[in-house]
Amino acid sequence: MDLSAINPVLLIASLMVAATPLLLAAIGELVAERSGVLNLGVEGMMITGAVTGFAIAVETGSPLLGFVGAAAGGAALSFLFVILTQFALANQVASGLALTLFGLGLSALAGQRYVGIKPPPTPDLDIPILSDLPVVGPILFGHDPVLYFGIFLVAGVWALLKFTRAGLILRAVGENHDAAHALGYKVVRIRALAILFGGACAGLGGAYISLVRVPQWTEGMTAGVGWIALALVVFASWKPWRVLLGAYLFGGITVLQLNLQAAGVAIPVEYLAMSPYLITILVLVILSADKSRAPASLGRIFHASQ
Amino acid sequence: MIRLEKRPQPSRVWRLATPLLAVLATMIAGGLLFAVLGKNPVEAIRTIFWDPLFGEFAFYYRPQLLVKGAPLVLIAIGLSLGFRAGIWNIGAEGQYIIGALTGAGVGLAFYPLDAWFVFPLMVIAGALGGWAWAMIPAVLKVRFGTNEILVSLMLVYVAEQLLASMSLGLLRNPEGMGFPGSRNLNDYAAGSSWINQNAGLHWGVAAALIAVIFAYVLLNRHMLGYHIRLTGEAPRAARFAGVRPARLILFCLGTSGALAGLAGLFEVSGPSGQVSIDFNVGYGFTAIIVAFLGRLHPVGILLAGALMALTYIGGEIAQGNLGLPAAAIQVFQGMLLFFLLAFDLLTDYRVRVTRSEVA
Repeated sequence: MDLSAINPVLLIASLMVAATPLLLAAIGELVAERSGVLNLGVEGMMITGAVTGFAIAVETGSPLLGFVGAAAGGAALSFLFVILTQFALANQVASGLALTLFGLGLSALAGQRYVGIKPPPTPDLDIPILSDLPVVGPILFGHDPVLYFGIFLVAGVWALLKFTRAGLILRAVGENHDAAHALGYKVVRIRALAILFGGACAGLGGAYISLVRVPQWTEGMTAGVGWIALALVVFASWKPWRVLLGAYLFGGITVLQLNLQAAGVAIPVEYLAMSPYLITILVLVILSADKSRAPASLGRIFHASQ
Repeated sequence: MIRLEKRPQPSRVWRLATPLLAVLATMIAGGLLFAVLGKNPVEAIRTIFWDPLFGEFAFYYRPQLLVKGAPLVLIAIGLSLGFRAGIWNIGAEGQYIIGALTGAGVGLAFYPLDAWFVFPLMVIAGALGGWAWAMIPAVLKVRFGTNEILVSLMLVYVAEQLLASMSLGLLRNPEGMGFPGSRNLNDYAAGSSWINQNAGLHWGVAAALIAVIFAYVLLNRHMLGYHIRLTGEAPRAARFAGVRPARLILFCLGTSGALAGLAGLFEVSGPSGQVSIDFNVGYGFTAIIVAFLGRLHPVGILLAGALMALTYIGGEIAQGNLGLPAAAIQVFQGMLLFFLLAFDLLTDYRVRVTRSEVA
């Protein structure tokens, strides 16, 4: 075992990369849940985004188009969820599961031709002087644009929910859809938009795994990140900045266990690999005592006749 | 203008008709999908739904129906109890793995002892393993109010890692020349679940049928089953009627875990034969579709399990004969759940076409 092989600067820099898919997926799900919709299909939307992003990036040679396509792919899958839960008034838990099962199958089908191919590299930001600074450079200024976009998105969602009228309406729909409806807000339309936003974010997160983090396509490669993102929203008590904190925490655990594996710690690989999931459970247990922060209409079906 | 009107009572006719309609719609949409993939849709659908039952090699495929159907029904019966009461165990895949590990572990511990009690002990160990794994989310939910969906799902990934660790380490075949995977239980008569391998009959099939009967009696003739149904249909009324939610959570999650564990044990000691890294093939997740398709009703689940087993086998045939990708059948199964959930609208609501009123 050689712990000195772990370089703290690289560790933090790679932690940010590991956290970004989680961050993107979780901030999207946070918006959906604040509007009162529990979408358990995050894993399915992520893997769909991962495969569409990968395919488009490989075909066009442009990672940027890949990410745009991934967002569209994730949103397209989440549109099925909109149809099921908002128009067909189906149970949200069951519909979310359906989305995940369907997304996993669809992505495996679509991705067959792309196994073993390398995607075009996503260029890192390269600011003269700043990116070359020791320690600060690789951590703050040496990443790809999508990573910064993720942080920007958190700030954007925070500002939207806290300061704007649109954010207030979104929260009103999530807290009490009957009252919001009585005030004349289009509950179904607002929720549909929130779900689509969540889908696009999850798609981006998935593409970040297949285009930047890994980068290649393998079946089922999201490996539960979507589910951890769902847990993260609970962890964050539905607050945007806490999502960032939580994502970095989980990213840190993931990267640390990978580093420990590489450093040859005496713990078997399998037990290190299960640690992020176990820690997610632990965090859920600690935080589940306080349920008061959850949007009051979360998971309830809205129909104007009632 | 299309308007939805809530029915005072869910329609009985549509409750039975929606699964059939969903299957039909899935066949059409699936046919389109197969056409996009460049296969003849009619031939593909026929290969999936007809050939395993009445095709040239049906004598070989029919027993497979029991082999694939048994674990699906066994797991889905357990899940349906919880789903009815709004308790969502979606980690059956993990409980299935753990049941297989504990059950096979007991069997392998006795190897090569040839005694009548080995297999019964394995069955008990398998059920207990699945039960214990499901008790983790159950106890956490009862004690701390933790979301059982997320915990049970996280435990699937933990179980998969445990499976990898066991098949590479503790349970590895000492005479396996270093290859991963345990001894093959099919070579160990005292630890095999086969009754008649040629007929596809193993103890899991028997257990699935017993579970169906057990669930039917429980739901229709027993106080506990009444409480489960009451909690799902009218949670507030259930509380006034003195239903204790904690007991219900422990019972539903525990039972579904034990049944999933049993399914895993019967699979590992029969059709699969050994503990290996890729032992689990997603029965725990497909069983969710089976449970919904069967309307969470024991008899419905039996039929739905048979249908889903058919798509598995038909999918394999189509893979071999038509070169249909394995993932296509997964998409097909996912579609089925989609259509079912969408058509369920007709059970609870009446669709009225009205002219938009002029004020």
